Amino acid sequence: MSSGKEISYPTDLKYAATHEWVRVEGDTATVGISDYAQDALGDIVFVELPVVGMELRAKSGFGVVESVKAASDVFMPVGGSISATNDELANAPETVNADAFGAGWMIKISPFNADDLAKLMDAATYKSKIESGEIH
Amino acid sequence: MSITANKPEPLLYEQSNPGSIGYALPESDVPHTPLPAHLMRADLNLPEVAEVDVVRHFTRLSQKNYCVDLGIYPLGSCTMKYNPKMNEDAIQLTGMSQVHPMQPPETAQGVMQLMYELQEYLGEISGLPAVTLQPAAGAQGELVGILVIRAYHLKRGDTGRSEVLIPDSAHGTNPATSAMAGYRVVEVKSDARGNMDLDDLRSKVSDKTAAIMFTNPNTLGLFEEHVREVNKIVHDAGGLVYGDGANLNAIIGIARPGDLGFDVIHSNLHKTFSVPHGGGGPGSGPVMARPDLAEFLPTPIVSKKGDVYAFETPTNTIGRIKSFWGNFLALVRAYTYIRSYGKEHLREIAEISVLNANYLLALVRDVYDPQVPERTCKHEFVLNGTRFKKEYGVNTLDVAKRIIDYGFYPPTIYFPLIVPECLMIEPTETQSKASLDEFAAALLKIAEEARTDPQLLHNAPHNTPVTRLDDVKAAREPVLNYKPPQIPDQRKAA
Repeated sequence: MSSGKEISYPTDLKYAATHEWVRVEGDTATVGISDYAQDALGDIVFVELPVVGMELRAKSGFGVVESVKAASDVFMPVGGSISATNDELANAPETVNADAFGAGWMIKISPFNADDLAKLMDAATYKSKIESGEIH
Repeated sequence: MSITANKPEPLLYEQSNPGSIGYALPESDVPHTPLPAHLMRADLNLPEVAEVDVVRHFTRLSQKNYCVDLGIYPLGSCTMKYNPKMNEDAIQLTGMSQVHPMQPPETAQGVMQLMYELQEYLGEISGLPAVTLQPAAGAQGELVGILVIRAYHLKRGDTGRSEVLIPDSAHGTNPATSAMAGYRVVEVKSDARGNMDLDDLRSKVSDKTAAIMFTNPNTLGLFEEHVREVNKIVHDAGGLVYGDGANLNAIIGIARPGDLGFDVIHSNLHKTFSVPHGGGGPGSGPVMARPDLAEFLPTPIVSKKGDVYAFETPTNTIGRIKSFWGNFLALVRAYTYIRSYGKEHLREIAEISVLNANYLLALVRDVYDPQVPERTCKHEFVLNGTRFKKEYGVNTLDVAKRIIDYGFYPPTIYFPLIVPECLMIEPTETQSKASLDEFAAALLKIAEEARTDPQLLHNAPHNTPVTRLDDVKAAREPVLNYKPPQIPDQRKAA
């Protein structure tokens, strides 16, 4: 259900057109889905994540997010090796709705392909593309 | 609405009264042979109720039900049209209802004639004359169609085709079908007019393209304006074109998919051809194809030599995909429906279904937001609920639930996926102007309520035996095994 809350776009993150965010700390990239994405999906009821150690390229699917409306694939914003997954989401998928950019993180990629970062958007670009309807 | 409609109906278990019985069997006149002990169970907690209680229970439930015989059922992309009762008369004929699937063909020539003629009709309606009646539903028809396309490529020794192109507005069954047939799905974007983006299509088509799968009109209820060009682009690359015939109702008798460049298409008899959906009987999804693809169709096909009908196996068949002869009684209903219209009048189905959708859209478009406002819709239309969510905090689920309070079945919501807060409405040709007016009036009233009293919508429905269900809790903590309560035996207590 709509919270009526403003959608937030933290400026310290990078965004993919498929609505994943990336936070880079050293050689680790933490990934989740954006506040816009969780709001559009509605109440999330299931999150499927990959096994640690998998090597995936940028834009390949790493998991599935299921809400009462739809099941959606989530994609690697940067390629690399899955070094950790947020196992808390198995029991509490609603965390993605409550705190998309924090406790609702999904995977950590380490090492990751730093070249892929250049293809991602900053918060202002991501926000403007959503507001113009260019991505949805 | 029934006098009992708003009262919750207890389960039979909850109505159980120990000692009540439905039937009393006479004393056995043969020697009593007890079951072996290991087959006996003492823990079967079955409800104990009289026959009349069972009849009343199910009658009350049926009175709470909503169906096409009660009113408009505007589920987008489902074509919930009225199912003429003549169809039911036809299936009750002894020759239809009493025929046995294992009868020798020479004793079943009448029903085989019906199947043969239905193949011919569907071939003519679609412009694709090679027909199988076997698939049990639309999704199975899709799988058959894609397996036929795969067999076609492999027979030519063209083994490098591993991808199926699918527009982002597609029915979910299209990518599922392709994946099940072993293909990689490549998504094609839609443009602002609701057509396929031709530049995106050109960038994705290649010698790996086995096929493109799409629906025309598409799930936005819009005719694909570049259908011939789309099909040419894919054909030039050596791929085939699969048509998802779910929306055939909008073009039947007017445009033939074969003439538009489709190579294979399925049709849902339980949509366009008035066979009941779901509880009314099984579905049926015949597949129609180009003549040169006939050799790959599933077995059997009904053939005619002279005056004799026979079951035949196509030479390079993909095999058998359904037991016996498809869902035969669904075929009888569709045959009856086609014959009751006749060749000259079939196009009126499309004309009125498109007229009804555009009339309904015209009544609500100043208050709701059509996804592609500049275009005339086909048999259905799609509204975008983003503004309601932003301005009133009311989402499309709330609107849909409130529609129930006005005594109507809600439309499809949150599909197609490319439209945020989507409301997808397909009235079909079997609604009168008065019925459309009533439904539109309810939608307009609800829009007013969204503005003035959003809480009313958040808690809707109100006029039903149970009000808003917690679908999130149901999805997060599903209870998959019902455990009946233990009913205390009043006799022992007394």
